[in-house]
Amino acid sequence: MRNPGFVDDKISIKYGAGGSAMRSLIEQIFATGFGQVAGGIGLSAMDDGAALPIGNDTWLVITTDSHVVSPLFFPGGDIGKLAVCGTVNDLAMMGATDPLALTCATIIEDGFARDDLERIWASIRAACTEAGTTIVTGDTKVMRHGELDQIVITTTGIGITRRIVPDNGLRPGDRIIVTGTMGDHGLAILATRGELALATALQSDVAPLNNLVRRALAVGESGIVAMKDPTRGGLSSALHEMADKSGVGVIIDERAVPVRDEVRAAGELLGIDPLLVANEGKAVLGVRPELADAVLDALRSHPLGRHAAIVGECITERPGSVIVETGFGRRLLGEAEGELLPRIC
Amino acid sequence: MCLGVPGRVVSIDGDIAIVDFWGVTKPIRLDVVDAPVEPGDYVLNHVGFAIRRIPAEEIGETLLLYEELIKRADRDDLMALDVRGELAAVEERK
Amino acid sequence: MNDLVQLKFRDPARATALRGALENHARRIGRTPVTVMHVCGSHEQAIAKFGLRAAFPSELDVIMGPGCPVCVTDVPEVDEAVALARQGVRIATYGDMLRVPGTSMSLADARTQGGKIDVVYGVAQAAELAKTLDEELVFFASGFETTAVATAAVVLAGPPQNFSVLSAHKYIPPVMEIVAEMPGSKIEGFLAAGHAATITGYGVFERFVERHRVPVVVAGFEPLDILAGLVRLVELIADGEARVENAFPRCVTRDGNLAAQERLWRVFEPQGGRWRGIAHVPNGNLRLRDEFSAWDARRRFDIDLAALWDHAPAALVQQCQCGDIMAGIASPHDCPLFGTQCTPDAPVGACMVSSEGTCKIWHQYGGHPDLRQIRRRA
Repeated sequence: MRNPGFVDDKISIKYGAGGSAMRSLIEQIFATGFGQVAGGIGLSAMDDGAALPIGNDTWLVITTDSHVVSPLFFPGGDIGKLAVCGTVNDLAMMGATDPLALTCATIIEDGFARDDLERIWASIRAACTEAGTTIVTGDTKVMRHGELDQIVITTTGIGITRRIVPDNGLRPGDRIIVTGTMGDHGLAILATRGELALATALQSDVAPLNNLVRRALAVGESGIVAMKDPTRGGLSSALHEMADKSGVGVIIDERAVPVRDEVRAAGELLGIDPLLVANEGKAVLGVRPELADAVLDALRSHPLGRHAAIVGECITERPGSVIVETGFGRRLLGEAEGELLPRIC
Repeated sequence: MCLGVPGRVVSIDGDIAIVDFWGVTKPIRLDVVDAPVEPGDYVLNHVGFAIRRIPAEEIGETLLLYEELIKRADRDDLMALDVRGELAAVEERK
Repeated sequence: MNDLVQLKFRDPARATALRGALENHARRIGRTPVTVMHVCGSHEQAIAKFGLRAAFPSELDVIMGPGCPVCVTDVPEVDEAVALARQGVRIATYGDMLRVPGTSMSLADARTQGGKIDVVYGVAQAAELAKTLDEELVFFASGFETTAVATAAVVLAGPPQNFSVLSAHKYIPPVMEIVAEMPGSKIEGFLAAGHAATITGYGVFERFVERHRVPVVVAGFEPLDILAGLVRLVELIADGEARVENAFPRCVTRDGNLAAQERLWRVFEPQGGRWRGIAHVPNGNLRLRDEFSAWDARRRFDIDLAALWDHAPAALVQQCQCGDIMAGIASPHDCPLFGTQCTPDAPVGACMVSSEGTCKIWHQYGGHPDLRQIRRRA
């Protein structure tokens, strides 16, 4: 456990940032008394979701996410699309690529425009169609004006899998593959917030990944030994977690990581590293070396995986660390601290 | 504090230039730049202000400077080798 | 054409050649280590980002001096901003200053307790924000002379009535004097910050070099700029020459940007003051001149610092070694709090808060890790 030191008596913004503070909060409070699931994956694993054994070498996978993104509508998507894709993708990361159903609970601020709600719901329907799933139940609450910022959407997803894809199965020599360009969502949100007066064509990459992942799993099977979607904290967070849980080091070649030109430019201007920034339509996979090329081809055969690339490999040295070849030297990849970009998802 | 990044001036409106940084454009203020700026010029940006108009010919001069540094170091190293060789020879003769 | 400017200064082949040149000069000197200091947070960020330390010869020690503006902003200055926030005044600040500890709390803590704090990317943005507000907005102005130029420009352009500046701006050349004079200083040369020199010109270092007999080279921020600057610096050390040289001619001249200087010194005057951990730096702080007192938050508001001191001052602060670390005399490992009671999530000193802070970078990257030995398989 890194950073056992969090003992603040007030929960500040950093605890929601998805980083070490949040993990400590989960360890110290939320997982107390709820840690383990016999024969499955529970809260203490802090994986993308939970997996409950239901007999016959089958697991029920469950995940839940709350969505507080601001602004609600951004280039490439909106809170509705995010709410569906975030949950569909968490299920897919565990290996459940055919979601059975989603639930959707909304908390709405008094005065919220009906047109906006319909627009959000249209996005939710479209995203469900694309992912091949549906919303089966939900809840609605309205809070007084000023008690909530516009709308909060919480989705829970369930799926079945015969194989759980872990996030901790890496061994030295395994290859690291990303399914596409990094940093798109976070920098698009920042640019849209209009605080930066940046005119760009940046778009969020929010998308449901279950169909893409199904193709990869069909080819890679148990050779795909770790998988995560790099949301808050970006590729860095995902790699650090995978490396830490697996007990290996990871070395990536920065020049091999696909990044759109505009994203790179915006990142340089703002002093923000695209590798530390959220993605909402990408996955990072750890693959046994003999299967890496086949998995890469499978990913590239799908529109969402066009820019997939092998970006690095696992090593025995420096377990838990991620090393970057810059082309000029090497550095250790940093992790996002606290509120790099608040209300990103 | 961010690195000062150079960008290319796309257009100018009074004291504000629209500057292109590899596909991302941003309005930059020209209050304190050191020379008159025109579309097509390169400027160095710091927290939203252009602090220098980068003359295109300086880029070539900087690269020449680097070549010089590299060449001199090679010669010095050969000299150092000579010196070390002589010292070693002196040691052997003792 | 954009490629011309950036990519030529990121060409890996030239980088390799410059690295070779650096090794040659370092070997010529024949001692180890040869210690040089840079005084710019952006240099440290660029070195870290491109992993250049893994490319420097082992004889060369490039240490970071007091060039991180966040790190050197002293506790009383942070306290002024925090006090205003707790008095209900809205504060705009650079993101980096948000978590810097004051006597009892940081601006981030003040925000958790209800203070109104806006993070901005620049002073012009803060002035624009003020236009949209019905209340006062105080801009907590941190940063060195390059950034102070922007603040000066905004003040001269006539910001909105509800806007004012709490200046914590600093000026680098005076602190280089202090560092060069520190007993036990092993620094043999300085790499000067290219952006500050774009404004001030490199002439400001001539007297420094005469007095202290160490070379100063002004360098830019691309990987080739930094490598070339170091090559020239180490070459000067090897030749025993104490001179000022400009390795960033595309942006830096001897006289600098006179229009920017004129504005800077019209609005600000240098004042002696404390930098965090470095005691007194004569002429090291920049304060608004009397003519601009209308925009000076210190004169507009009655800042009540006493309320902050109801909280017992953190005893840990006494043990903090940020000052020595910034002066290059100590390394983070020499500090009893480093990594134990002082971490990025629970920082005691500013060196641990700022993304450019020495302790933060060491903690994040595991010291100055030697990554040269790591082998890839295939």
